[in-house]
Amino acid sequence: MKSKNGGRTSTLNSRALRDWEEGTLRPALDRKPERKKEFTTVSSLPIERLYVPEDLKAWDPGEKLGFPGEPPFTRGVHPTMYRGKLWTMRQFAGFGSAEDTNRRFHYLLEHGQTGLSVAFDLPTLMGCDSDDALAEGEVGREGVAVDTLTDMEILFQGIPLDRVSTSMTINAPAAVILAMYLAVAEKQGIPLDRLEGTVQNDILKEYIAQKEWIYPPAPSLRIISDMVAFCTDRVPKWNTISISGYHIREAGSTAAQELAFTLADGIGYVQSCLSSGLDIDAFAPRFSFFFNAHNDFFEEIAKLRAARRMWCAIMRDRFHAKSPRSWMLRMHVQTAGCSLTAQQPYNNVVRVTVQALAAVLGGTQSLHTNSLDETLALPTEDSARIALRTQQIIAEESGVANTVDPLAGSYFVETLTDRLEQDAWSYIKRIDQMGGIVAAIEQGFPQREIAEAAYVYQRQVDGGDKIVVGVNRHSEGDVLKTPTLKIGPGVEETQVARLRATREGRERGRHAQTLERLTRVARTRENLMPAILDAVRGYASVGEICDALKTVFGVYREGRVQF
Amino acid sequence: MATERKVRLLIGKVGLDGHDRGAKIIARALRDAGFEVIYTGLHQTPEMVVATALQEDVDGIGLSLLSGAHNTIFPKILRLLAEKKSGDTVVFGGGIIPEEDILTLQRAGVRRMFTPGATTQEVVDWVRANVPPRRR
Repeated sequence: MKSKNGGRTSTLNSRALRDWEEGTLRPALDRKPERKKEFTTVSSLPIERLYVPEDLKAWDPGEKLGFPGEPPFTRGVHPTMYRGKLWTMRQFAGFGSAEDTNRRFHYLLEHGQTGLSVAFDLPTLMGCDSDDALAEGEVGREGVAVDTLTDMEILFQGIPLDRVSTSMTINAPAAVILAMYLAVAEKQGIPLDRLEGTVQNDILKEYIAQKEWIYPPAPSLRIISDMVAFCTDRVPKWNTISISGYHIREAGSTAAQELAFTLADGIGYVQSCLSSGLDIDAFAPRFSFFFNAHNDFFEEIAKLRAARRMWCAIMRDRFHAKSPRSWMLRMHVQTAGCSLTAQQPYNNVVRVTVQALAAVLGGTQSLHTNSLDETLALPTEDSARIALRTQQIIAEESGVANTVDPLAGSYFVETLTDRLEQDAWSYIKRIDQMGGIVAAIEQGFPQREIAEAAYVYQRQVDGGDKIVVGVNRHSEGDVLKTPTLKIGPGVEETQVARLRATREGRERGRHAQTLERLTRVARTRENLMPAILDAVRGYASVGEICDALKTVFGVYREGRVQF
Repeated sequence: MATERKVRLLIGKVGLDGHDRGAKIIARALRDAGFEVIYTGLHQTPEMVVATALQEDVDGIGLSLLSGAHNTIFPKILRLLAEKKSGDTVVFGGGIIPEEDILTLQRAGVRRMFTPGATTQEVVDWVRANVPPRRR
């Protein structure tokens, strides 16, 4: 029999498989049964004992793989992948005051990190000033507090913005924070078209998973399209949206749900930008993605490979983008925070290594490795360094970066990649039938699916069906304690004092005028970005700007939460 | 006359923290175990939680906190409950809470803190043993 793809005669056909099953496998099973009846991924996908050439009988490598740097990009977005350039090692950092974070940035740059990544505190993420009643107790805890341009100037002091690329994890108030970054660049005398970086700016996954929203979906999408239009024109190297599955997974989704809801969000942004009149090939190449790398090694690799293939199909075949750059899914990956354990925290170094390796074998463009102490607190300098060293060991010692997409053609990995793709397509189809991702969110569909998956997983862990080493298995001997980073209570006071000083020191009346202009523009269809930039230059605060927009756009309220 | 009734619980998320995975899992596990459970939804203030607790006449309040704001929020809830003469409401919690803070919070009147790795069954068992229906 001629096999379809290779043109060679295959002796490993279905008859050979039957012979093996009867002659070799069965006696072995009779002597010693397998450890479990059923083997599944961490997301509960069934996994077979053995994958064989027959599994890929109808599988066409020309269609499913292609070559790296070419559609459908399953093998990666660059022709040489890590032989040409290693992934960007981008450790997320930010805590306490702008000064503290600025010091951490200088430290990381001196230790060989190649890009900056900013974590903001919760009040900033929610568009609240540090003196807002809701901010009490949260200023500077989970990231850096930014109220006005003053804080941003301190945050990037001594860091030439044309020589770093900066990723800022900010969503609902992303337009304001980006405007502040641009204003800092203006003050450093750096032309905007030389700035490189990313804002997360992914509001849809906030409604689905992370829940840090301000406005309802429609005006949120308008702000995003305005920012995309502005950057396309003025800050062309800026990545305008980092469409994020990370938080969806952290909220408890399966791998297939992460893949599906993330791509569905991507479809939502493309539709929104198209309907505001933008040209797809002008904006789509600046969209990037952000995925989670969880424990199940092959499932994660399959997910990342499937993501590239699917996005290519979405952009080329569904939206008819012309430029291959629009078809390419570039990604950042972070190892799974939710997989880390407070028990026996040093085990987390090993988990992170396995997860990071999956991200690399999945072909990521940049990577954050979590620190071993992140279930306990923000990382200490020592634990952050081990996390970075983990990536450096994978990059420079393990040899996995020597060839492109080394797992391609594996019967198992390709079958699993196809399976994740299929499962994700069927979710995307259901979301399309609901009227798109915004309608699905309003009906609570992704939220319910994720909550269900999270509950199922928790029950599996509680029942011992899924193992967490150090928690429900091998839990004896938890003696190693790890030091944790403490954020002093003084941060809040200092930050509030600085905000008040900035308010008092600003040019009289100017910020009020800029805020009036902003609300006026918000009522029209004019692009919001110039008005936001103007308000920021006048030292209007994040809270003041977001409040001004709330008067026009309203605020989002979550519907009845099912649990 | 006091009659046997189901224990009523309020599960809440206070502050800006949006991580509701744990809160929803615990709410569901407690409901499945036969308790009456009300979930506040996100972004509540301590005042809102206490107002809901009084209005719903709950026996226990469980708060999930992963933002680091626990040292501010728990004492405030306890104080507000005491002011409303509902100091017998059992307050417990869970989340990312450092050990030394747990001791301080327990001294302040938080009855139990569950940390990562606690099973839903542990929470259910503890609530069953420690949250009696309040006398009315």
